[in-house]
Amino acid sequence: MTSAPAVELDRITCTFVSRDDPGQRYTAVADVSLAIAAGEFVSVVGPTGCGKSTLLNVAAGLLEPSSGGVRIFGAPLAGVNARAGYMFQSEALMPWRSALDNVLAGLQFRGVARDEARTRALSWLERVGLAGFGDRYPHQLSGGMRKRVALAQTLILDPDIILMDEPFSALDVQTRQLMENEVLELWAARRKAVLFITHDLDEAIAMSDRVVVLSAGPASHPIGEFAVDLPRPRDVAEIRTSPEFLALHNRIWSVLRDEVLKGYAQHRTTT
Amino acid sequence: MKPSLKLRAWQLALLAALIAAWQLLTSPGLLPPIYFTNPDQAAFFFGQPLEVAARIFRWFASGEIFLHLAVTLFETLMAFAIGTVFGLAIGLWLALSPTASAILDPYIKALNSMPRVILAPIFSVWFGLGVWSKVALGVTLVFFIVFFNVYQGVREVSPTVLASARMLGAGPRQLLRHVYLPSATSWVFSSLHTSVGLAFVGAVVGEYLGSARGVGYLILQAEGTFDMNTVIAGIVVLTTFALLLDALVGAIERRLMKWQPRGGETEKV
Repeated sequence: MTSAPAVELDRITCTFVSRDDPGQRYTAVADVSLAIAAGEFVSVVGPTGCGKSTLLNVAAGLLEPSSGGVRIFGAPLAGVNARAGYMFQSEALMPWRSALDNVLAGLQFRGVARDEARTRALSWLERVGLAGFGDRYPHQLSGGMRKRVALAQTLILDPDIILMDEPFSALDVQTRQLMENEVLELWAARRKAVLFITHDLDEAIAMSDRVVVLSAGPASHPIGEFAVDLPRPRDVAEIRTSPEFLALHNRIWSVLRDEVLKGYAQHRTTT
Repeated sequence: MKPSLKLRAWQLALLAALIAAWQLLTSPGLLPPIYFTNPDQAAFFFGQPLEVAARIFRWFASGEIFLHLAVTLFETLMAFAIGTVFGLAIGLWLALSPTASAILDPYIKALNSMPRVILAPIFSVWFGLGVWSKVALGVTLVFFIVFFNVYQGVREVSPTVLASARMLGAGPRQLLRHVYLPSATSWVFSSLHTSVGLAFVGAVVGEYLGSARGVGYLILQAEGTFDMNTVIAGIVVLTTFALLLDALVGAIERRLMKWQPRGGETEKV
């Protein structure tokens, strides 16, 4: 591919300084370079607290790196990344807006006429299986339904880049597999660049074209990259039993395991 | 509905019993003198419910009360409206501007801890004995309630919701309009009952300290002539309207805050 990658992280380092005590520093990620081609689905896995979300926030333009640069389709990123949609790990819906108003929020912020925004939001609600739930408020919906609303809210803007931060980690296993399949289906229809953060290796392999393994923090950096050449379309539940999947899983896990143990040991000493 | 009807019945029965006991204990000569030597003294000090009721009836029948009530309610609503608008505006400003907030912090603390009722004489000098000195007093009481709630509300906006709105393309003005304001409003509404009550306090206390109209003025006049029945009648009228205002606020709150989960509500699907 000759065109510029959708997202290019170039030697990103993020050091956080404690506000109360400037001597206290923590380098979350160090010297991370990562490129995601247009239409590519890339997962980043790593032990807890390794700075996965930090990378995502840098790519979203919500967090400025201490050093290094971000290029979006070849252009340096300044401010919030307008070509990206972001699905957060925790609740990000506006609780004072109904499901419909949440979905059309992005269109509203961009000045799309109310009627048109409404029509498009209704069709997106239908696409994520929530037709007829538009007038519900987030607290009236189940966790899985809230995630669907968040998905519609992100995808309605048709972003070229989709950033996902463990979006399904709070869901039960069944709902989660359904959502993963739905996301794959929606992605296959439009082929956007996806940067998917997860701590679940199964999920990472089942969904992506490429899996990047991060080392344990502090100063985490990529320590392995694996192409996933399993056939598509995939069913995340079925693919987990295929021999290719298992072989790949073993290869990645052998790299990841030491880091997970390291991260776990650190976690125990710090808390 | 049944248990709540039963509850209402008990509440009314308690009220009737209290009023009956009051009437009995203050009727001259009905009971042997227990404490007061003069049989009329009990009625003089405590008033009598029948007299109080007659007083209230005469007020409403003659229409004498309406002007006073209108004045008091006007003061209450103006104090509430002005105090809320100022509290909202300054609360939003200080919460979104850390520098201004840091500079003004000690002043806010001082103003809040000052017993602001003592400002009433100053307001009387500034605004005269009419309604506006009472409104000013009410505003100082309402302002801080709303201000602190808005300040807290803006500070407690979920960082995820904020980041999400920014990713969806919201600019600074849209963040204010669609994220900070709704979040702050929910905090304002949670304090609405208190602030309406305080607006009422401001109006009545202001009238009590010097005025020519209003229910507080009626009470002050009656007190001057040791007319305990009229004092109590004024208190009853004030209490009734305070309860009505509170119910009105409750109704508005339920309408506007339907997005908030309430305890015991399990409408999940």
